Amino acid sequence: MATAAAVNVDTERENYLNSTYGIRSWLLTTDHKRIALLYLVSITFFFFIGGFFALLIRLELLTPAGDLVLSDTYNKLFSMHGQIMVFFFLVPSIPAVLGNFLIPMMVGAKDLALPRINLISWYLYIIGGALMLHAMVLGGVDTGWTFYTPFSTSFSNTHVIEAGLAIFIAGFSSILTGLNIVVTVHRMRAPGLTWSRLPLFVWSMYATSVIMLLGTPVLAITLVLVVLERSLHLGIFDPTLGGDPLLFQHLFWFYSHPAVYIMILPSMGVVSEIIPCFSRKRAFGYSAIALSSIGIAVLGFLVWAHHMFVAGISLYSALVFSLLSYLVAVPSAIKVFNWTATMYKGSISFDTPMLYAFGFIGLFTIGGLTGLFLAALGIDVHVTDTYFVIAHFHYIMVGGAVMGYLGGMHFWWPKISGRMYPEFWGKLAALIVFIGFNLTFFPQFILGYLGMPRRYWQYPPEFQVLNVLSTAGSTILAVGYLLPMAYFLWSLRYGKVAGDNPWGAAGLEWKTSSPPPTFNFDYEPVVTWEAYNYHEIPAPEEVNA
Amino acid sequence: MSDTSVAVETHESEQEHLALRHHFVTVEQQRNSSHLAMWLFLATEVMFFGGMFCAYLIYRIWFYAEFAAGSRSLDITLGTINTAVLICSSLTVALGVRAAQMGKRKLLVVLLLLTLVLGLAFLGIKGVEWYAKYTEHHIPGSTFNVSDLVQDYPTLHIDPRHEQIFFSLYFAMTGMHAIHMIVGVGLFLYLTYKAWKGTYGPEYYTPIEIGGLYWHFVDIIWIYLFPLLYLIDRKPLH
Amino acid sequence: MSVGMYYGIWITLLILTGVTAGVSFIDLGPFNTIVALVIATFKALLVVLFFMHVKYASEKLTKTVIIAAIFWLMLLLGLSLTDYLSRNLL
Repeated sequence: MATAAAVNVDTERENYLNSTYGIRSWLLTTDHKRIALLYLVSITFFFFIGGFFALLIRLELLTPAGDLVLSDTYNKLFSMHGQIMVFFFLVPSIPAVLGNFLIPMMVGAKDLALPRINLISWYLYIIGGALMLHAMVLGGVDTGWTFYTPFSTSFSNTHVIEAGLAIFIAGFSSILTGLNIVVTVHRMRAPGLTWSRLPLFVWSMYATSVIMLLGTPVLAITLVLVVLERSLHLGIFDPTLGGDPLLFQHLFWFYSHPAVYIMILPSMGVVSEIIPCFSRKRAFGYSAIALSSIGIAVLGFLVWAHHMFVAGISLYSALVFSLLSYLVAVPSAIKVFNWTATMYKGSISFDTPMLYAFGFIGLFTIGGLTGLFLAALGIDVHVTDTYFVIAHFHYIMVGGAVMGYLGGMHFWWPKISGRMYPEFWGKLAALIVFIGFNLTFFPQFILGYLGMPRRYWQYPPEFQVLNVLSTAGSTILAVGYLLPMAYFLWSLRYGKVAGDNPWGAAGLEWKTSSPPPTFNFDYEPVVTWEAYNYHEIPAPEEVNA
Repeated sequence: MSDTSVAVETHESEQEHLALRHHFVTVEQQRNSSHLAMWLFLATEVMFFGGMFCAYLIYRIWFYAEFAAGSRSLDITLGTINTAVLICSSLTVALGVRAAQMGKRKLLVVLLLLTLVLGLAFLGIKGVEWYAKYTEHHIPGSTFNVSDLVQDYPTLHIDPRHEQIFFSLYFAMTGMHAIHMIVGVGLFLYLTYKAWKGTYGPEYYTPIEIGGLYWHFVDIIWIYLFPLLYLIDRKPLH
Repeated sequence: MSVGMYYGIWITLLILTGVTAGVSFIDLGPFNTIVALVIATFKALLVVLFFMHVKYASEKLTKTVIIAAIFWLMLLLGLSLTDYLSRNLL
């Protein structure tokens, strides 16, 4: 740790962080790396807010009685927790932070294809976020993150219009990010970088972007229709006029189911980068992993009505969607098999990114398998709208997506900042997150199975023990999340200088300095090697602080 | 002799040089990126309007009689004229791209101005139609009243509540289309100004091309909206 | 594309507009809707292929994007219909 105090040539060299100064150079930047950092700060801010709502929810649920907040307030808490976490944290997280930062470097380009659009996308996110904050300050929304009609259109007395518009605007931010990524991958690849040499992270980001492009607009128009119905009384979902509330649900879930793949595919991409590196082995089944990303993106659009099994859709339709939901599990399973096979006979090291990747595989598998339980009509009738569903999607979103995000942040932190985080604290935080996470959410599987409904502010006393366990877990989880924030900041000043490639990783992004220069490479990259050529790359020396 | 040709060459390569943004290697890469970006954006627009087409599809199946009656109450003459107006504007846009390609600045400006005029004409006619709906009390909300339609089409057994859904969709779909037209008009005002200043020529006319793609797309949406809204059932009633 | 071709497509589109409006007054039973949509699709194709130059596009990618958009729209409409068309069957 004392070494960092010495003058260091690497961090003195001009890079994207120090090339220009002043707030204008950040707020008007078109450099994808700076925009990634702008996003990083913004989504972390919203993560705090969404997390704060989660803590209030868990506090209320410590006791069976509704004694912390009013029931109306509780409705607002879970609604806003969901909206903030989904639309302002999870959806942008990896695409807008790691995707923005890494994709141009991974394809050997100087920037994304549309740098100004990239900046506009951040501003749209900020505007949407500000509107959402404003709606919250004015009293929030109580419709659930799902905005179901006719409650949201005809009966709720909360700020549905403003929240709907906020998410609409944030949705456009998402669309523009996806647009940029697709155009970049098609048009900006360096000479020699064929599709089959692309890092798997790029494949998964491409698949994510396809979903963003084709799904988000449907959410956008659906929110517009809700806003129009509330404000101008264009009664499209109004049952008193003969309208069908299920039409809203079809349109809403047409996006919101693929949206969960927007949230998980990038993390899968991160895991696909981490595991080969820390196994010192090429990815097993490269084509299978790459094509399964595309498969998930496509199949993910065919299953949305499994969120509506008990809502009133026809039984025949439910059967169709149930069958399709089983299909979509296949490409995900393919990935898990391939990651495992990658590790087999590899030279495994247990650095922090790898710990998060292990956590991801285990927790995502549990989350995914419980999804199959839910896809079975007979089981779903009993556990839908219970804590079983909540546990299922938190295993995927938190145990999966957030672990992948944290793993990626640790893996690429040296590249982003030029510094190493402290490895001991990294491992400790990963362990705390894992323990805290399971303690928070595993009891919820049991609660749901036993029949505790979701979105309820009070519950029968026999459920208290499991709820207390869950709340205890959530405080541990919170500590686990705060630690990286603290030591990442610490590392900016005191962290060991990283060097170009501290992990000995494959990929073009590691063939430039850390932090990279503004235009990414001091030379014109030409790719003549296959992806994950770990047999040619020497293992790094110990990088423990 | 060589003076003017050198001057032309310099201007062209200047133009090319000015237009090439730093992160692109060649002008062709830049042009192809802009094109792909616009096509992908149009794909998102297909899905955006698609949500409303989905709602339309379901309710037309459920409430055919009301959809038929509502359709009849729309002015087919104005609708047909508006369709023709947009088709003419697509022609002027397409010829405009060609003019830019051939370096004919004045022709380009004229064609862009014509496009603008036609676009504004479309919006004007739409305004007239909407005003007619207003006077007939066919705008959803507290003033909604379709007793006139119930009277005019007794054989159709119209439920006024379902009729309100037709008109909600009518206004949502034509309104969203109109918003896209207004954006298009704004975009073309900008393109006309830049064209007048001589920004576009054979070496660089990408904004005209991709602006044109957007305009054609908005035209295509109307090509579908017209029969779906105006021509549901115009058969003579016995 | 020659100027003549642009004008030719334009005239065709105008004629088809008149046709579609006129045909709507003739009783074709369930075929009214089909005819209207077929004509609209043909008009859209003319605009896409010729005015938007897709017929002369150098890359398959452009056509792939268009086909993907239409396919995805059909997914939305079609899979929703599996619910709406089968609701009263039981």
